[in-house]
Amino acid sequence: MTTSTERARVPAVEGFFTMGDEPQLIGGRLETGGYCFPLHLGGSDPRCPAGAVEEVLLSRRGRIWSFTNSAYPPPPPFIITEPYVPVVVAAVELEVERMVILGQVTPGWTVDDLEVGMEVELDLGVLYADDDTDHLTWQWRPLLGADVVGVVGGGAAGEED
Amino acid sequence: MEEIAVLGVGMHPWGKWGRNFTEYGVHAAREALADADVDWNDVGFVSGAITVRCGYPGYVAGSTFARALGFNGAQVASSYAACASGVTALSVARGQILSGACDVAVVVGADTTPKGFLAPTGGDRPDDTDWLRFHMVGATNPVYFAMHARRRMALYGATPDDFAMVKAKNSRHGVHNPNARYPKEYDVDDVANSPVVSDPLRLLEICATSDGGAALVVCSMDYARSKGVTDPVRVAGLSTVTPTYPDTVIDLPYLATDSAAAVEPPALGFKDSIGAQVYAEAGMGPSDVDVAEVYDLSSALELDWYEQLGLCAEGEAESLLRAGETSIGGRIPVNPSGGLGAFGEAVPAQAIAQVCELTWQLRGQAGGRQVEGARVGVSANQGLFGHGSSVLVRR
Repeated sequence: MTTSTERARVPAVEGFFTMGDEPQLIGGRLETGGYCFPLHLGGSDPRCPAGAVEEVLLSRRGRIWSFTNSAYPPPPPFIITEPYVPVVVAAVELEVERMVILGQVTPGWTVDDLEVGMEVELDLGVLYADDDTDHLTWQWRPLLGADVVGVVGGGAAGEED
Repeated sequence: MEEIAVLGVGMHPWGKWGRNFTEYGVHAAREALADADVDWNDVGFVSGAITVRCGYPGYVAGSTFARALGFNGAQVASSYAACASGVTALSVARGQILSGACDVAVVVGADTTPKGFLAPTGGDRPDDTDWLRFHMVGATNPVYFAMHARRRMALYGATPDDFAMVKAKNSRHGVHNPNARYPKEYDVDDVANSPVVSDPLRLLEICATSDGGAALVVCSMDYARSKGVTDPVRVAGLSTVTPTYPDTVIDLPYLATDSAAAVEPPALGFKDSIGAQVYAEAGMGPSDVDVAEVYDLSSALELDWYEQLGLCAEGEAESLLRAGETSIGGRIPVNPSGGLGAFGEAVPAQAIAQVCELTWQLRGQAGGRQVEGARVGVSANQGLFGHGSSVLVRR
């Protein structure tokens, strides 16, 4: 007999993304108008007084600027799940924010499936798991068949409600 | 910019020797002093490049080397700028010399490195971008190198064969270098048969981590003349620039670039600005350069440097390589030393080693890897977290 238990889902590190079905990266907007990620790092605009960064949610969609994988397991503090499946990494350009953000690509995709310019959407995935908890990170999920023009941005960035 | 002279250069061969880093640095410094015919007791300033892998003695590298050479009362400083540490140390020494604080200085860096990926400092440090990129993404150094390689493929039609040709070229140069760790010739097929590390880059195209040491004896032009050296190799330009906001090219160890939403990117990107600064200081341009030593952390990154140093126009690096122009005997030989491909990286020594090689080239002492008639040489390199590094030397 099995007992049905709900596994807990928590961010591997707090403060990088929102949870839920439509997760978003938590970035910052500088007083001078530029964005930064992660929020705590702040921006490097010399015209912007230190600390003048407000929290904003970044666009969920962007286009692949470049991509690769790590055929060998990365060293700690990366936590390897055995058997190791090569991590695929994409640098994704957000149209509204005009910046590029790194992230893993959703499991199941390999470098052979990707190309520069491909549209992707933010998702959450398991970075590592222990007995009853999945520790999550942000991941880029390729959008197949998506309209390739005019979708990026989605209006999330800069709209603080 | 007023010039200083490179009076002596020295290196401890690169390898995986497993000994204390101090030994390599002292070996290199003694060789440089002998090459310069300068007595250690005449040295007024020791500029050490720091290693973060060898404990406290590495953090205070300048005084560690000074003590091992024999405390002579010289003033001392130690510099850390990741891969750019050596040029930062040279920059500090130049300032001491040009301010009149000393006549002659020793610049020295050495490292003992562990096997495998360079990884961040230990502990749980989620406010450190260098820790985060490993933990949250698994983004090793080769991941960043490979993204830049892939970008060349997408923008300029580069192929994996082009990248392999860089490795093959540098290996042909490196067989003539007694200080190289891998004095072995590889061809494009050897590269293609090595395992993928980060697609499209393969094991033979990723810089290894090495033990090694390099040193310079630098001095005022007056001091050089007092030693009877009337035509020394001179440091005509030196660049340690940081990026100008917004830097829109993703680079290690960051998770994101700056944003260009409010300010257009500068006309020159960060890596272009490194060379621009060194040329401006020297009052020279790319067409004056006879030989270059650039940081081929990966084969493909060497191609980026061709363009960033102005040796060719953007998108033309592959053509320059394929035409053999960056091989010894070509129009502008790059990495006659064999580069990192033949050396692996001994972080605090590497930027100094670039200047050693250019000095030998400009003196006509580079043996089987000599670039005939070289009068002007330029080095380029970049330390993570935004450290530019470039030196222009001339006769």
